[in-house]
Amino acid sequence: MAFYENRLKHVPTGIRKVLYLNWQVIVLVTAVASVGILMLWSVAGGNFDLWARRQAQVFAAGMVLMFMVAMVPAWFWRSMAGIAYLTSFVLLIIVDLYGVIGMGAQRWIDIGPLRLQPSEMMKFSLVLMLAAYYDWLDIRKVSRPFWVLVPVFLTCAPTVLVLMQPNLGTSLMLLMAGAAVMFAAGVSYWYFAVVIAGVVGTVVAIFQSRGTDWQLLHDYQFRRIDTFLDPTADPLGAGYNIIQAKIALGSGGWSGKGFMQGTQSRLNYLPEKQTDFIFSTLAEEFGFVGAFSLLILYALIIGFCLISALQNRDRFSSLLIIGVAANFFFYIAVNLSMVMGMAPVVGVPLPLMSYGGSAMLVILAGFGLMQSAHVHRPR
Amino acid sequence: MRRTQKDVEDSARTITRRGLLMGGAMTAMVAALGARMRYLQIDQAEEFRLLAEENRVSVELIPPGRGLIQDRNGKLIAGNEQNYRVVITREDAGDVDRVMHRLAGLIPMTVEEMDATLADVKKNAAHIEVVVKDRLSWEEFSKVAINAPALPGVIPEVGLSRIYPRGYDFAHVVGYVGAVSQKDLDEQDDPDPILRLPKFQIGKIGTERWMENTLRGRAGTRRVEKNAFGRVMRELDRQEGTSGGDIRLTIDADLQNFAQARLGEESAAVVVMDVRNGDLLCCASAPSFNPNLFVRGISHTDYANLTGNDHRPLANKAVSGAYPPGSTFKMVTALAALEAGSIDLGYKVRCPGYLEYGGRRFHCHSRGGHGTLSLTQSLQKSCDVYYYDIAQKVGIDKMAEMGRKLGLGVRHDLPMSAITDGIMPDRAWKKGRYDQDWRIGDTINASIGQGYVLASPMQLAVMTARIASGRAVEPRLVRMIDGKEVPIPEAPPLGLEERHLAAMRQGMWDVVNSQGGTARTNRIVDPTMVLAGKTGTSQVRNISAAERARGVIRNDQLPWNRRDHALYVGYAPYDNPRYAVSVIVEHGSGGSTAAAPIARDVILAALTGGRPPLAAYPKDQHGRIESMLKDLKLRDPETGAITTTDQA
Repeated sequence: MAFYENRLKHVPTGIRKVLYLNWQVIVLVTAVASVGILMLWSVAGGNFDLWARRQAQVFAAGMVLMFMVAMVPAWFWRSMAGIAYLTSFVLLIIVDLYGVIGMGAQRWIDIGPLRLQPSEMMKFSLVLMLAAYYDWLDIRKVSRPFWVLVPVFLTCAPTVLVLMQPNLGTSLMLLMAGAAVMFAAGVSYWYFAVVIAGVVGTVVAIFQSRGTDWQLLHDYQFRRIDTFLDPTADPLGAGYNIIQAKIALGSGGWSGKGFMQGTQSRLNYLPEKQTDFIFSTLAEEFGFVGAFSLLILYALIIGFCLISALQNRDRFSSLLIIGVAANFFFYIAVNLSMVMGMAPVVGVPLPLMSYGGSAMLVILAGFGLMQSAHVHRPR
Repeated sequence: MRRTQKDVEDSARTITRRGLLMGGAMTAMVAALGARMRYLQIDQAEEFRLLAEENRVSVELIPPGRGLIQDRNGKLIAGNEQNYRVVITREDAGDVDRVMHRLAGLIPMTVEEMDATLADVKKNAAHIEVVVKDRLSWEEFSKVAINAPALPGVIPEVGLSRIYPRGYDFAHVVGYVGAVSQKDLDEQDDPDPILRLPKFQIGKIGTERWMENTLRGRAGTRRVEKNAFGRVMRELDRQEGTSGGDIRLTIDADLQNFAQARLGEESAAVVVMDVRNGDLLCCASAPSFNPNLFVRGISHTDYANLTGNDHRPLANKAVSGAYPPGSTFKMVTALAALEAGSIDLGYKVRCPGYLEYGGRRFHCHSRGGHGTLSLTQSLQKSCDVYYYDIAQKVGIDKMAEMGRKLGLGVRHDLPMSAITDGIMPDRAWKKGRYDQDWRIGDTINASIGQGYVLASPMQLAVMTARIASGRAVEPRLVRMIDGKEVPIPEAPPLGLEERHLAAMRQGMWDVVNSQGGTARTNRIVDPTMVLAGKTGTSQVRNISAAERARGVIRNDQLPWNRRDHALYVGYAPYDNPRYAVSVIVEHGSGGSTAAAPIARDVILAALTGGRPPLAAYPKDQHGRIESMLKDLKLRDPETGAITTTDQA
C-alpha cells in the first residue's frame, strides 16, 4: 500500500533489475563464502570432496535462489508475510509433535531429498511478518501497549516452540531478530529497558532454580554455562571444545600457521571443526590478520545493508533489511563470542562459513529478500 | 489507508535514528570481538602456541635392547629373541570378522582366542593395533606375510623378547625378567621413564635383577606428531638409545648343565668355586624350573605346581638355603682350637662313644666309640667326641671368629637373589637373638656344625677354598661386563699358621683316600686329580630320649622330609688346589653316600672340562659309574628337553 504513495515508475523492470542489485553485498557475501569453502577444504585435510565440494554446490544453488528472490518485487513478499509466517508456525508445531512421538530432539522434516528445518524458515518469516506488521500499523500506535503485545506474541510463540525442540541457539536468534525489528520500528525505549531488566531477573531466577524441581534449563545447558564460566574445570569433557578452540585461535598468532598447516584442526583436536568452530581453523591458519579481515568483511556486509535500509524510503523495505542484517549480525556475534570463549557454546553456526546446506540456503534467501527490497525501493 | 507525508517523514526519521543506534551498537560489538581476537592471538599467542605444541608433539621412548648374559666362555644364557606376532587394526581391516576367519585358517587359533581378539578389536578405537597372536613360529609368520594382500589391516610384526636357551640350568642364578609392577616402581626414587612403557620387562630376580642397571641400557627417544585420537601421524626426529651391556658370568655352562643333571630330581645344590680367584664355575640347585614360563606370564596351574612342590624348585638352595653344616664344620672348630693354642697338633682324645656334660650325654655317631684319636684321625673318622672336647677348651667366641674368617655367617656379595648370611653364633648373638646366656651345651652342638650354626652351600665352598688356599678368596659371579674383564682383587692371606692348615688338608685327604676314611668310596684314583674332602650329615630333627630308648630308627625308614641332610665339601687336586666343591642333598641321609659321589663327579667334570673320565674312578666302580653317566638326564640346551647321553 505504501508503495503506491511513491513514484514506482522509476523502479527498474525486467532484466534491468540486475543492474540495480546491491552488488557490494553480493561481492562481499561471495568473498566470505569462498573463504568458507577454502577452510572446509583445509579442515578436511586437503580433501576437497569431503565438505568443500558440497558447500560450493549449495552456495551456487543459494546464489540462484537469492537472485530469484531478489527479482520478485518486495510488495509481493510483503503480501506473502502472513502465509510464510503461518506455514513456518504450523511446521514448527509438527516438528515438536514429531519429536514428542519419536523421542528426543528432532529439528527437521524430511521431504524427499530435502531436509526442511522450520526453525530456519521461521527466522525470515518472522522478520517478514514484523516488517509487514509495522508497515501496516499506524505510526502513532507503535508504542501503545496492545500494539506492542501483538509483535511480542508473534515473536515469542515460535521462540517457545523452538526452545521446546530444544534448540537454545535458534530460539535466542528469533528473540533477538524480533526485538531488532521492533526497535527499528520505533517502539519506545521504555519497553526495552523493562525487558532487559526482566531478562536480568530471569537469569537470576534460572540460576536460583538449579537443582530444584522447577529447574528451568536442561542439565546439559547448565553444564555448558558452567564450562563457559570455567572451561579449565573439565578440560577433557565439556570444556574441551572451548579450550581447544582457544588454543587453535591463540596459536595462530599474528600471521597464522599457513593454509592447511593448522595443527589443531588437521590433527582433529578441534571439535566440530567444519561447522560451529570453523572460525578457529581460519584464525589458526591465517592468524590475527586473517581473522580480523574476516570480521571486517562481515562488518562491511552489515554496513552496506544498514546503508541500504536507511536510504530506503519504504517502511516495510527498511525494516525488512534491518531485520535481515540484524539476524546476520547476531549469528556472527554469538558464534564468534562462543568460539573465542566469551559466550556459552550454544550451537550457532558462523553464517556463510560453517558447513551446512540448510543454513546457507536460508541466509542467501535472506539476502535475496534484502536485495528485493533494495532493487524495488521507491525512487 | 493512505499515509500522510508527515507520517512518512516521521517513519523515515525514526528508522534512521534507530538504525544508526543499532549500527553503533553493532560497531561496538565488532570492536569487542576484534579486541578479543587481539588478546588471544597477539597478547597470549606464545602461551597458546606452546599449548598447541604440547597437544601435537609427544615424546616416545624407544626401548633399548637388553644386554646378553653369557657363560664364562661366551655361551648364551639369556638372549633376546625375535618375537613374531600378528596385529590387526579395525580401520584397515574393514570387515574384521572375515579377515579374522581367513587368519584363523593360517595360524592356529582357538575359538576363544578369536572371540577375545574380536571383542578387543571392536572395543578399541579403529586405528589401535590389537595383538592377535604372539610368539608365532617362523613358518606361521611367513604364511601370514605371504598372504598379506588377502588380509587387510593385518600386520606381521617383529619385537624382541627375553629368552633363556638354557632355562633350567640357570633359572636360579640368572633369574628372569617380567613386567614392571607397581612395587618395582615404588622401590625406586626416580624410576626410569622407560619402566612405564607398556610390556616393558625388567629383571625380577637373580642376575637379571641385580645387574639390571647394566643390562637395561638407555632408552632412545623419538618425537612424533599425534592427532587427537592419539594416532601417530609422523615422526619428527629420533635419538637412538644405547643397548644394555653384555655380562659374562664366571659359570661354565657345560659344567652347570652336567651338575644340574647330576643332581637330578633330588632336592639338592652344588657349588664349584675356583680356589685361586673365587670364580663360581657352577652354582646349581635342583629341582629347577623353566624361567621362560615367567617371561611369558606363567599360568596358575604351572605356578601352583612349582609352589606346591615339597622339593621347592623355586628356591636357589645354593645361596639361599641355610643348613646346619654338620661335620663339614669340624675344620673350623679344629682351626680355632689350634690357632688359639688350646690344643697342639699332637692333641689326642679318647672317644668312648659319647661325652657326658652336666648330666646330659652327647653322642658320637659311632655308638661304640672310636678309641683314642689324633687330630687327623678325628677328621678321617669324623669323630664327634674329639670336637666336643676341644670346643670346650677353645670356647664359642673363638670358634665364631674362625668361622667368620673362613666365610661362614658373613655376607658374600653376589648378583643373585635371596643370598643368606647363614648364622655363625656366639655369645653376643644368642643374647641379642634370644636374650639368653650361652651354654656349654650350645658350644658342644656347634662344634660339630649343629645347633645354631647355619651355612649355605656357597659359604661352605668359600670355607673349603680358603682352607685349601690359605687365602681369603671371595666368590664372584661376573667375569666381564661389556667385554671388559672385571678385575680380581688379590686375596689377602688368612693369617693362619700354615702347619695348622696343612693338618686340616691332611685330615681331609685321609677322609677320602685313607683306609677307614668316611668317604673313601668316593676317592679319585687319577694322581693328578686327587680329591680331599669332608662329609657331613646334619640332623633335621631332635631325637628324643624315648626314641633313643627304642633304638634310633634308621634314616631310610623315616619319611623323606625327616631324614638327615647329606653334605660334602672338598677340593682337588690335593697337591695343587684348583677347585673347591660343596654339595648338599636335602634329606639325603648320609654325606658319604648321597653328597660325596655328586661332589666327585662334578669336580671331575670341572677339572677335565668335560665328562668325568672313567679312569679317574676306582676300578671296582667302573661298571656302576659308567651306567650312571650313561643314564644321566642332560637337558638339551636349545629345547630344554631331557635327553640321555646316548642320544646326545
